[in-house]
Amino acid sequence: MTPERKVRILIAKPGLDGHDRGVKIVARGYRDAGFEVIYTGVHQTPEQIADAAIQESVDLVGLSCLSGAHLHLFSEVARLLKEQGAGDVTIIGGGIIPREDIPRLKEAGIKEVFLPGTTLEEIVNWTKENVSPK
Amino acid sequence: MTAEITNTTMNILNQVLNGDVRAAAKLIRGIEDDIPEATAAMGEIYLHSGRAHIVGITGAPGAGKSTLLGCLIGEFRKRSKKVGVVAIDPTSQLSGGALLGDRIRMQKYCTDKDVFIRSLASRGWKGGLSRAAINTVHVMDAMGKDIIFVETIGAGQAEVDISHVADTSLVVLVPGMGDDIQMMKAGIMEVADIFVINKADREGADGLRISLETMLDGSPRQHEISHHSGINDVSPETPPDPGAHRPDEWRPSILLTEAINNKGIRELADEIERHREFLTSSGKLAERRRERAKLELTMAVETTLRSHLQKTDECYLDTLIDDLVQRKTDLNTAALKVIKLPTEL
Amino acid sequence: MFAERVLEQVRKGMKRWLDEVKKSTGNPQTRARFSTVSDLEIKPVYTPDDIKNLDFERDIGFPGSYPFTRGVQATGYRGRVWTYRLFSGFGTASDTNRRWRQLLKDGETGLSTAFDFPTLMGYDSDSPRSRAEVGKCGVAVDTLADMEALTKDIPLDRVSTSMTINPPASVLWAMYLVAAEKQGAGWDKVSGTIQNDMLKEFIAQKTFMCPPEPSIRLISDTIEFGTKHVPRWNTISISGYHIREAGSTAVQELAFTLADGIAYVQDVVDRKKLDVDAFAPRLSFFFNSHIDLFEEIAKFRAARRMWARIMKERFKAKNPRSMWLRFHTQTAGCSLTAQQPFNNVVRTTTEALAAVLGGTQSLHTNSLDEVLALPSEFAVNIALRTQQIVAEETGVINTIDPLAGSYFVEGLTSEIEEKAWEYIERIDKMGGMLAAIERGFPQVEIANAAYKFQKQVDSGERTMIGVNKYRREEETPVELLKVDEKVETEQVERLKETRRIRDNRKVAQALHDLRAACKSDKNVMPYVIEAVKEYATEQEICDVYREVFGEHRDPGFF
Ligand SMILES: Nc1nc2c(ncn2[C@@H]2O[C@H](COP(=O)(O)OP(=O)(O)OP(=O)(O)O)[C@@H](O)[C@H]2O)c(=O)[nH]1
Ligand SMILES: [Mg+2]
Repeated sequence: MTPERKVRILIAKPGLDGHDRGVKIVARGYRDAGFEVIYTGVHQTPEQIADAAIQESVDLVGLSCLSGAHLHLFSEVARLLKEQGAGDVTIIGGGIIPREDIPRLKEAGIKEVFLPGTTLEEIVNWTKENVSPK
Repeated sequence: MTAEITNTTMNILNQVLNGDVRAAAKLIRGIEDDIPEATAAMGEIYLHSGRAHIVGITGAPGAGKSTLLGCLIGEFRKRSKKVGVVAIDPTSQLSGGALLGDRIRMQKYCTDKDVFIRSLASRGWKGGLSRAAINTVHVMDAMGKDIIFVETIGAGQAEVDISHVADTSLVVLVPGMGDDIQMMKAGIMEVADIFVINKADREGADGLRISLETMLDGSPRQHEISHHSGINDVSPETPPDPGAHRPDEWRPSILLTEAINNKGIRELADEIERHREFLTSSGKLAERRRERAKLELTMAVETTLRSHLQKTDECYLDTLIDDLVQRKTDLNTAALKVIKLPTEL
Repeated sequence: MFAERVLEQVRKGMKRWLDEVKKSTGNPQTRARFSTVSDLEIKPVYTPDDIKNLDFERDIGFPGSYPFTRGVQATGYRGRVWTYRLFSGFGTASDTNRRWRQLLKDGETGLSTAFDFPTLMGYDSDSPRSRAEVGKCGVAVDTLADMEALTKDIPLDRVSTSMTINPPASVLWAMYLVAAEKQGAGWDKVSGTIQNDMLKEFIAQKTFMCPPEPSIRLISDTIEFGTKHVPRWNTISISGYHIREAGSTAVQELAFTLADGIAYVQDVVDRKKLDVDAFAPRLSFFFNSHIDLFEEIAKFRAARRMWARIMKERFKAKNPRSMWLRFHTQTAGCSLTAQQPFNNVVRTTTEALAAVLGGTQSLHTNSLDEVLALPSEFAVNIALRTQQIVAEETGVINTIDPLAGSYFVEGLTSEIEEKAWEYIERIDKMGGMLAAIERGFPQVEIANAAYKFQKQVDSGERTMIGVNKYRREEETPVELLKVDEKVETEQVERLKETRRIRDNRKVAQALHDLRAACKSDKNVMPYVIEAVKEYATEQEICDVYREVFGEHRDPGFF
């Protein structure tokens, strides 16, 4: 009867592009799969995202960027989280990201990158397998 | 008691008392998820809480509570107050998940080190207040937040709602939605210290204010309204009712705001502070806090009993159940046995 | 359209046909339900019964005459083929200028500017918010100096330029006008379009700066200024494109776009007291052409008919040109796939065909690599050639509105129109588009449609080749365009230099005057033009807007 532990997820769009179709679908998909989701909206700075992730003590941060600035923005979020002692938060990313950038993103601490064409189910399943409440 | 404090608890306590957001947030998470270390640490935290001004904010979905909170954070920061926000959204009954949508309207203040915003899913508490929510308030309180806002939906309906815990209760209404009447029926009139008519930019704000006034005491009091509304310049014609100024009685005030235009916020903040002063000077604060402690005690007893039941040896329970089925014992006696109280009271 | 006797026969015949089909084939259908990409159910066959309420004169008529269902130009593409207009821009202004001149040499007939995100959002290249975004998704323009470099050696009195710019539209337009003037091209000669449509930003694309109300005011200022001083300029391009990209259905795209148009016209009439016929002829539209061929053709035809009726009946326009819905089209970026990217050429061709059969005035065809990165020169060339083949080889332009009279296409046109009217009525009841946006109405409708579509793709109910069907493990490599990281440093240097050599006192004065104009109800355009002439930066001007009007933040509707 103990309450079930829930994975908490922060979904955010860093940078200046406002294309939120994808993130909103992912946020809804997560909710419908039983996760607790916080969405910060578009045009967020890496600082805002990291601070929100910490205040909300989430297990996962999902980032989306379609403007080509992902290398800088995603890495910045990862760096800020680490700097504030929250390096254990899993970070994933999505958007228009050239395949050859993926190794650099992973090096920066992005655990997985989802490219266009990924199904909701794939994202949800990946999360179930790789993220647990901390 | 204090002798049993573990190192972990001490660490968490110190970090929280120092205002460490990461530690506080993790502790809150632990409470939500019922982690034993968190519960243990919470005991100590409780002893260090009790200073903050707790303000409940309720109202129908979409009334503008979060937008209003976004404005209030800004206003209280201008007044050098450290601000905490606990925002509760419903858990989807279908999936058990939740989309917590309040923070987005306050995200502007996210990087301010003296603002701590925390979203909680109701997790089956249906618009009421979970133990986790109350404890989140205690954590923020112990961190040194001066004022803590708690946003929930559906006041007046839940068994335990924020009005039982808050020092000051705000009820947010919107003109022309018809929900005002619903809320009044639901017993909101008794719990509100301040009525906020938000979206005053829309038609019908005055009408709503007048019907609220009428409901409050049968006759509209133009003077008080114009004094506090801050937006509508209703000329003070009717003299103030002297009854409203009795020092030990608070007459719920009605304020008009336009949260999206950041209008009426300063007046609302003033009124919140005025209510707090009233509570202190009239001695009502102590009264409210006693009530709150009593309520929390009741909740704690219930929780303790429930968890005691969960921990009770299954075999022992089975024998008791057998006895019940065979009518060898009665429910009351069996229950007293489970919680290890003398069966003859 | 048909005598009742004929319809009676048709109905009988239809029943007979259905019975026979059932008998002879058992179960003739591979799916329980056939629907468009927007999930509009489609019947197995259409007959006169589906267009029985149509009146030829009233609803269809002839090209160039009311209600313009068949096109706004009497001669269709026989008079003039649509403008080949490829959206392009990247790196610095001179990088883009080079690409533009190449495109013109290749037979492109109009320019279309893609700005980078800092420019789109009103930030200078050296703002902390611009880090890693400069020149990435478009060209970086900070000051008049960049605009001059961008348009260098392009005859602005002859080539029309479209600028996809929204919150800072007044600023970029002012830069363009000044650059043209310096080149010797008078404002009576320059032609082009600024997108300048903020409502769809709040609804769909989320490139916003100031709150809705002052945003509308800035738009009305530009419309008024254009009406008086730049007669050949389209001061707004009321856009459904982004609404569709955000996941809306075709009906939603149409309805929300027209509702936006209504809001703009109403505001100019109310605020500027201009006669509709004075400015309405310069309003232009921008639609998406998605993969569902007939649904799109029907949408375009319905759009023209509806706008004509709105202008004539609602706004009492008298000039037929005020009733014209002239539109640019872009093929659907969201229909393209990162998987097996060469298939995108086929998708884009189909979508281009829909736009042409729907009577577009101007067309952008997406490059096959657009989902992966900025388009490479190779891919852009195929995109341009696609349009040229459709126009110059296929013969689809020989007759005007070739699908008119098709039971299906006419029936679908009417159905889409009806459903769009329903939306417009609901929005009217809410108090207009601004009020509806505040409530999140269009935003939530779109999010719902997008989520439903995604679920259909995920379940395989809706096919996307290469994504949920006919997948291949190994990917075809495509050569991608990469914007050099040096662009950012170069651009920041350039900006610093401009700031150094300009007269800072004059800039401050111009900004001061602009601030006062913003606070009054004067038209801001002359003040923006003055500031731009003094080389005030885009952000300096936008900061005045932000300061006076406030900043809008994402309300994140679901
Ligand atoms: N017209 C108008 N709209 C407002 C005002 N305040 C808030 N809104 C809008 O009302 C909508 C709902 O606002 P929220 O702040 O999310 O309301 P809420 O009560 O927190 O909603 P829930 O948390 O979902 O119950 C948003 O679109 C706001 O922009 C106001 O003063 N006037
Ligand atoms: Mg809220």
